[in-house]
Formats: sequence, structure tokens, C-alpha cells
Amino acid sequence: MGILRTFALGGIHPAENKLSSNAPIETLPVPKQAIIPLGQNLGAPSKAIVKKGDEVKVGQLLAEAGGFISTNIHSPVSGKVFKIDNAIDGSGYKRPCIIINVEGDIWDESIDTSPDIISEIVLSPKEIIEKIKNSGIVGLGGATFPTYVKLMPPPGKTAEFLIINGVECEPYLTSDHRMMLEKGQEIIIGTRILMEALNVKKAFIGIENNKPDAIRHMTELAKAYDGIEIQALKVQYPQGGEKQLIKASVNREVPSGKLPIEVGCVVQNVGTAFAVYEAVQKNKPLFERVVTVTGKAVKKPSNFLARIGTPISQLIEAAEGLPENTGKIIGGGPMMGKALTSLEIPVVKGSSGILIMEKEESSRSIEGPCIRCSKCTYVCPMGLEPFLLSKAAKLANYEMAESESIMDCIECGSCQYGCPAAIPLLDYLRLGKLKVGQIMRKRSQN
Amino acid sequence: MDNIIIIAISALGGLGLIMAIILYFIANKFKVFEDPKIDEVEEALPSANCGGCGFPGCRAYAEATVKSAKEHGHLEGLNCPVGGNDVSQAVGKILGLEVEATAPMIAVIRCNGSHANSPGKVVYEGATSCAFAHALYAGEGGCMHSCLGLADCVDSCDFDAIHMNPETGLPEVNDKCTACGACVIACPRDIIELRKRGPKDKRIFVSCINQEKGAPAKKNCATACIGCSLCFKECKFDAITITSFLAYIDFEKCTLCRKCVDVCPTSAIHEINFKPRKPRPEKPVESPIKAEIQSNNTEKVVAENTVDNKDNKE
Repeated sequence: MGILRTFALGGIHPAENKLSSNAPIETLPVPKQAIIPLGQNLGAPSKAIVKKGDEVKVGQLLAEAGGFISTNIHSPVSGKVFKIDNAIDGSGYKRPCIIINVEGDIWDESIDTSPDIISEIVLSPKEIIEKIKNSGIVGLGGATFPTYVKLMPPPGKTAEFLIINGVECEPYLTSDHRMMLEKGQEIIIGTRILMEALNVKKAFIGIENNKPDAIRHMTELAKAYDGIEIQALKVQYPQGGEKQLIKASVNREVPSGKLPIEVGCVVQNVGTAFAVYEAVQKNKPLFERVVTVTGKAVKKPSNFLARIGTPISQLIEAAEGLPENTGKIIGGGPMMGKALTSLEIPVVKGSSGILIMEKEESSRSIEGPCIRCSKCTYVCPMGLEPFLLSKAAKLANYEMAESESIMDCIECGSCQYGCPAAIPLLDYLRLGKLKVGQIMRKRSQN
Repeated sequence: MDNIIIIAISALGGLGLIMAIILYFIANKFKVFEDPKIDEVEEALPSANCGGCGFPGCRAYAEATVKSAKEHGHLEGLNCPVGGNDVSQAVGKILGLEVEATAPMIAVIRCNGSHANSPGKVVYEGATSCAFAHALYAGEGGCMHSCLGLADCVDSCDFDAIHMNPETGLPEVNDKCTACGACVIACPRDIIELRKRGPKDKRIFVSCINQEKGAPAKKNCATACIGCSLCFKECKFDAITITSFLAYIDFEKCTLCRKCVDVCPTSAIHEINFKPRKPRPEKPVESPIKAEIQSNNTEKVVAENTVDNKDNKE
């Protein structure tokens, strides 16, 4: 294969632990009660358009976009709206949710439920974007940025390349890997639809070298189409980050504070490409996704196709229960994921995995003093100085944090991973980003 | 030899004289008039430079008061919370103005979600910063309005007036509090409020800011305000208002009659520094939590009263 591509700066290689990579995607039964949070995307939360007592079908619109950067939410189940109330979600807070008591599994008639693969694209770019917008598709890699916004470059900017992110650099997670193996054809068609919508001639699908079967399978499928190239990438965390992937794939650097479109790139996740295929070709809005349930002590690490709104307790049950000495349940991967505070938290559009960690594994070491070893600076993929930024945030020196580009931090956690003094660098960086973000917003308002 | 010395002295002396004359005229020409009252006012201030008045330090506050006195003839809106009434009277005297007496204030913690009242459901392991934990999750007890117990308020205090109680996991304000308001700003959950100190430091307040409905609020904390409005009905002075399932006592209207404390079913209303009540044989049934709080308060009364007496004697 020659020298594999990767990004230039920093990066780490944590233990991969892809325990569930051989577990085929299982369809999870419909839950008894679905809890659908209204804030499932980056940006403004959606506005509910159903009322208590309404009968809904699978795929029916439940909530409309509440702003430009916002999405529609469709019902993942059929049944009666029980109530619209605050319920705990992945944020750790009680937020407005639509709670539906499930009755049967009746799908909306407009959804094409046949198993045939439709490869012919009939819609125009405008219609495709409209369809994606109406289907409530967000970036399924975890950031949940509304997909249609990315497909509409600002005036004066044009996209040159589409990059499909099949990197899955987070340890443990395998949902994208399984998707590529089992839904490869659909992902390729989804990629072509996205190319059509963006009017680009070249698309790369970046896959890390630890998934040779996926690389082989996708290369085989992509042969039939011009312009789609599979790129095998060297295993390096955080290659799945947008900016890192662009650097690795097309060797371009996104300027500080700018979006990928600045260098003519649009990045989409493989899961998003699949959702785009389903929305455009099958008229099926986004209401289910593949979630990995994994962990060293989990009896049956698996990949489930779960409806949005399924409580994670049901997923854990399906993976043969919670291990005895569970210390932490993490929504997402071990590097960027967030510990969940309740088993009643539902699966949302951005849930890529549920990682169950044992007590010994999950507990943090006691913070020591910084020994200025500069390991954090060495591994930072954005070329920042995490030790300095975290100190600035800790001491509330937000001017310094801002001038040292704290807002460029992608919160990958590489710095904290390698810190020999076990300093919670990322915690302080996030705190600093939060405060600096508030200050910047206030400044722009004045 | 003598000659050289005389020449040197006269040259340097002459130069010095010429320079002194030039400097004298320059100093007169560029003289900046500064009101001597600014220095006087600054002298009268506590020199804590805490920023509680809203100005960057005592000097800036002194300048603002002198300016306000000159231009508007009053000192409204200018208040040194640390100095309190004494300092504002002294400042008024210097500037020749009548200053209305201001009631001394103190910070109160409006959360009683101690380890016992709101047992932890999850364990927090992140950075010891309330601001960060607030962005991350609701809190160990599950109440999303509760004190996070990571002591941002303690770090913000310049007066050593607020400390964490390791037993309850809640901060406690002591007598050193000057009501500068730094902790109010530091608290990401807006739990801390500045209230009137009250006569003999007696005060009554609702020690909860949870705006959830009764049932979910009570689920996470035994002493949450459930918005039952019993206190609202009991109060004859219109001091209590209820907004979104939360009672609030207006300290301007409150007469410290303590009737609301008696009726509160969750003991969310706290009375501080009152004398212990006479036992009432006709109402023996009280919740164990309430009894505990009252006993705590009783101890405090004894302790703080002795301190007060000492102060008065001095």
C-alpha cells in the first residue's frame, strides 16, 4: 500500500479495543415508550408541532426546525403522544422532550419499505437539498450539525471535494465500520447523491487502516463509479476530526476559525451518507441509527439499529445486561464521549455508541503538578499549547486564552490522554472555551 | 584648587536654579486640579479594592462619589457594600451631603441540598470548578438548580467569609460577609442572593431556587420548595410571591413573624438567628428533617449571639 496518508501535526494512538467489529448490525425491537428530545442537533432546538393525545405514525413530522441551524424531527415510533415534558437527556439536564406511548409499528405510507437498492438519481441538486432538509438529517458522526447547511456553500465559495468520513478513529466504536460492510452499496449511492447536490466531481472516502475488510469492500464497490476514491489512512487519533481528515485526504489546511468550505471541502460521515440515501431514494426520514454498545466487561458487544428515543437501558439489556462493577456509562467513544447520568437517557441522532467502563478503568488518577514535559503540546493536532490554555482557563485569564487561540481546540482529548500528571487538561480547556465563547458572543452583540 | 571647587559649585548651583525656575513655570502651566476631597473620601473607604461597588477599586469609587456630589448633588446609586452605613455616612459628611441610611446586607445560600437531603446518584470526577460542572450535568443529587459544591464562591471571596462545610457539601457564609456580591457573580446557578441582614441578624428566606413542579423537585431533594403556596396563604404582609412553583420572600416586606416557617411542609424556609421556640405540646409531630434543621439553627444562635455581644462591648 505504500506510505499511508495521515494528518501532519500531533495525534495519538490509543488502544483500539474494537470489540464489536465482528458483530453484525441487529435491529432492536421498538421500545414501549419513546422519549424524543427536541434539541437533537447543534444549533437551535426544534419546535414541537404535535399535541398531547395525538396519534402519530412512524416517519411523521413531530417537530419543525426552530431556526436556520436546526432540523425537523420525525416520529421513530407509532402510537399516541403521552406528553410533552422535561426529561433527562444526554446533556445531563432535563430538557423538553416528546414522549410517545408506542402502539404497534405502523409506518407512514410515503416511506418505501422495499429492500431493493435504487441507484438511479432522479432529483435535481436543489430538490436533493430540500429533501435532506425535510428529512431532518444531521451529521451522524456525533457533532449533529444539520447536513443541509453544509450542502449550501456561502456565496462566493464552491466545493471541490466531498470527503466521506469512514475513519471512526474513536476506540471501541464500530458502528461506521459495520455500516460500510453491510450497507456499502447504499453509502456509495448516498455519496453520489451528495456529489450531485454539491456539484463536485471528486469524492474521497477516508477509512483507517485498521478496517482492511471495509477498505477492500468499499474499493470493490467504488470501482463502478468515476470520481469516488477510497483512501486508506494510517491509524491516528483524531483523524476523524474534520480538519484532520481534510489534511490527511487532500493535504489542505483549514485556516483558524474558518469552515472546511474555505479550502473547498465538505466532510460528511458514512452514516450521514447512508441516511441521505434513505431520505432521497426511499423517502425515509432520519429516525433510526446504528449504535455500538461495547465495553470490556460487556458480555455481548454489539451494534444495534435502534430507533431514536429508545432508552439506553434497553440497548444495554440487549447486550446482555449491565456488568456488575460498572463505573461509568459513556455516550459516545472514550475520548470525546460524555458520561451519562441516567439509564433512561434516550438514543438521539448523535448517539454513536454506548461504552460501559469498569470501575478500575474509568476512575481518574489524582491530579499532580505540571512537570512541563510538553507531551500535550506534542500531541495536539491543532498545534496548541494545552498546558498553557488550561492554566489560563483555570486562573480565569480569558484574554490570554483567547489570544492563544483556545477556540481552535477541537476537544479531542489527546492532551489529557497522555498527561503524566493526570491533569484534567480537557476539562479546563472546555471551561475556557465556554467562557471565551460567552465573551466573544457578548462582544459581537455590542 | 579652590577655584575649581567654586566654579563647580556655582555652575551646578546656577544650573539647578535655572532648572528650578523653568520647572516652576511648567508645573504652574500644566497643573491638574484634583479635588482634595477625593483623597479624603478614599481615606474613609475600607481600601479592600474588591469591586463590590461596581468600580475598579476604592480610588475610582472615591472619584465617582466626588463627581456625583459635584454634578448631581446626591450619592444615589453609589454604595460601598463593604463599608456599609458607617462609611456611607462618613463619605456624606466629607462631601457635605445627607446620606440615607442603608440596611446592611449579607449573602445567603439558597440551597439546602446537602448530602443528607439530596443524596448523590452519580459521582463527579472532573475539574473542581462549578462553572465547568454546571456546563456538564445537573449535579450529583440530580437537581438541576442545586449547589454543585465545588467552591467557586469560596475562591471568589476576598473576605474569608464563605467556606464549604464538608459534612453537608454546601457553602456557609459567616459574619465577615460584606455583601460585595463577588460570590453572587461566581455562582453559575444563581443560588447566592444578597439579602438584608435583618434586626439582630435575624432573617427568613426560602432556601431553594428549584422551579420544577412539586413531584420532580421533591424526587431529588427532601427540602425542595414544591410551590404548594401554603406560605403564600399564611403570610399577612404580602411578602411572599410564588412564580413557577417557587416561593420567594421579599425581605423589604417580611416582618419576621415566622409563620411561613411553621407551615412549610418541606422545611424549605429557613430562619436564622432566632431564639429557640417554646415547645408546643399540641403539635408534637414534626418531620425529622425539620427538627434537625431547627436544632442546627439553635446552636448557631448561641454561637453567633455571643460574638455579637462581644462586638457590642468593644
